[in-house]
Amino acid sequence: MGGTVLLIEDEPNIMEAMRFILSRDGWHVHCHSDGATALDAVRQRDPDVVVLDVMLPNRSGYDILRDLRGDPATAALPVLMLTARGQKRDREMAERHGASLFMTKPFSNAEVLDSLRHLLGREGAA
Amino acid sequence: MRQADLARQAGISASYLNLIEHNRRRIGGKLLNDIARALDVEPAALSEGAAVDLIATLRDTAEASRASEPEVDRVEEFAGRFPGWARLIDTQARRIEALERSVEALSDRLTHDPFLQTSLHEVLSKVTAIRSTAAILTEAAGIDPEWQARFHRNLHEDSRSLAESSRALVAYLDTTADVDRTRLAPHEEVEAWLDDLGWRLPDGASADDMLSENAFGSRAGRLLAQHWLGRFATDAAAMPHELYAEARAASPDPAALARRFGVDVAAVLRRWALVPDETSSGLVICDGSGTMTLRKAIDGFPMPRFGAACPLWPLYRALAGPGVPIRSVVEHPGRRPQRFLTFASAAASRPAGFDGPVVHEATLLILPDPPPDAPAEPIGTSCRICPREACVARREPSILLDVL
Repeated sequence: MGGTVLLIEDEPNIMEAMRFILSRDGWHVHCHSDGATALDAVRQRDPDVVVLDVMLPNRSGYDILRDLRGDPATAALPVLMLTARGQKRDREMAERHGASLFMTKPFSNAEVLDSLRHLLGREGAA
Repeated sequence: MRQADLARQAGISASYLNLIEHNRRRIGGKLLNDIARALDVEPAALSEGAAVDLIATLRDTAEASRASEPEVDRVEEFAGRFPGWARLIDTQARRIEALERSVEALSDRLTHDPFLQTSLHEVLSKVTAIRSTAAILTEAAGIDPEWQARFHRNLHEDSRSLAESSRALVAYLDTTADVDRTRLAPHEEVEAWLDDLGWRLPDGASADDMLSENAFGSRAGRLLAQHWLGRFATDAAAMPHELYAEARAASPDPAALARRFGVDVAAVLRRWALVPDETSSGLVICDGSGTMTLRKAIDGFPMPRFGAACPLWPLYRALAGPGVPIRSVVEHPGRRPQRFLTFASAAASRPAGFDGPVVHEATLLILPDPPPDAPAEPIGTSCRICPREACVARREPSILLDVL
């Protein structure tokens, strides 16, 4: 049984596929696609873990992550960042802004599940 | 003198002399002196031209080498004894230089080109969606038929969208094969249009006369061109071509010209770039944020297409001290460093009146052939593609240091 995950991703079919595989894995899944209101969505949904895309409409994932880390209520929230580029610079940016883990597109479904289980300390669960 | 006679006098075969004459064998030392004596000319006369170029390149290459310590003082001997190797080094050095320029241009484009970044993100997002959805359909057992149909539909949509994005990306890369001519932002459209005109704008021509309907791809480009034409026309009215050219020839000092015509120094610098003389000139104008709003290119002074330029450009020093003109000699790095004489000036204004915001603008005029003995300030293009590793103004590491 997984926890609650909030997917912040603007590509609807990625979101749908991830919602499906995570739901089948026992996660309770919420979805959000707009960068400008993503912080409100986190506060409202109070997830156990956030999956956050770097490139979002209206606000970048890095800015959202920085604000999450600046708020004591969400400073320790596990965040898995999704980036479309695997460059060292992007990895450094994700780490500098406080990402717990990051994954480079295109990733596999198994990678998503493994990463989220890892973030909640539930490796081998499933 | 016949070739065979010359060869005999120099003690070599006619075929070897033929190779020397066609620059396929490098000579030096005794042989050079023997041939020169036979021809009754100074040895230096024979070693000038291509040989001088070759030795200069070898010397530059040796000085640029970080990994080894070649014997620079024996470069002439090396070129004379091993002409084939010397030419190979020369060819390789030129090739490396060309590749470095490509790397700079491509890196600049990959790092800062918003269209490319967005397109790549779009393509990779579609690939991710397809990969994820296809894996669900093939690996997950017992999927509800309604979900199956939905995923099939998603696959179809994503495949079609991926095909379109890929096509657009390939078309973009195709049309931008010449990275210098890519037109994306409105200011680039204006610069390309002015380049096409050779930056020659007849005094008295109206914006409507100059701007043909199809000159610009975007309305913003056209509006921006109108804006600049208006400013250039004001400059031209204050500094008519003949008078200005005459005054500049008599006293090529922008501050003196500004006094002479009753305009600010920046206007003189703009006018300088638009009134032709025997030498070329470059021009950069930036706003208070340092963003370049107009660029007239000049050979040997590369300007970044995106993002900020080198913080050591006199343009930015002028921005920090509006009203104080700056004259500098600057040097761009490279295997053959290039020097320029520059004049910079910045102004602060309140276009909306005393209660409005302060608007800054800086102007940099770039001229070739500075005074030969003037000390030069080292500058670059932008940190990311600058080889000056130890620069105190560096804001990020250079990719050239990692890659090359």
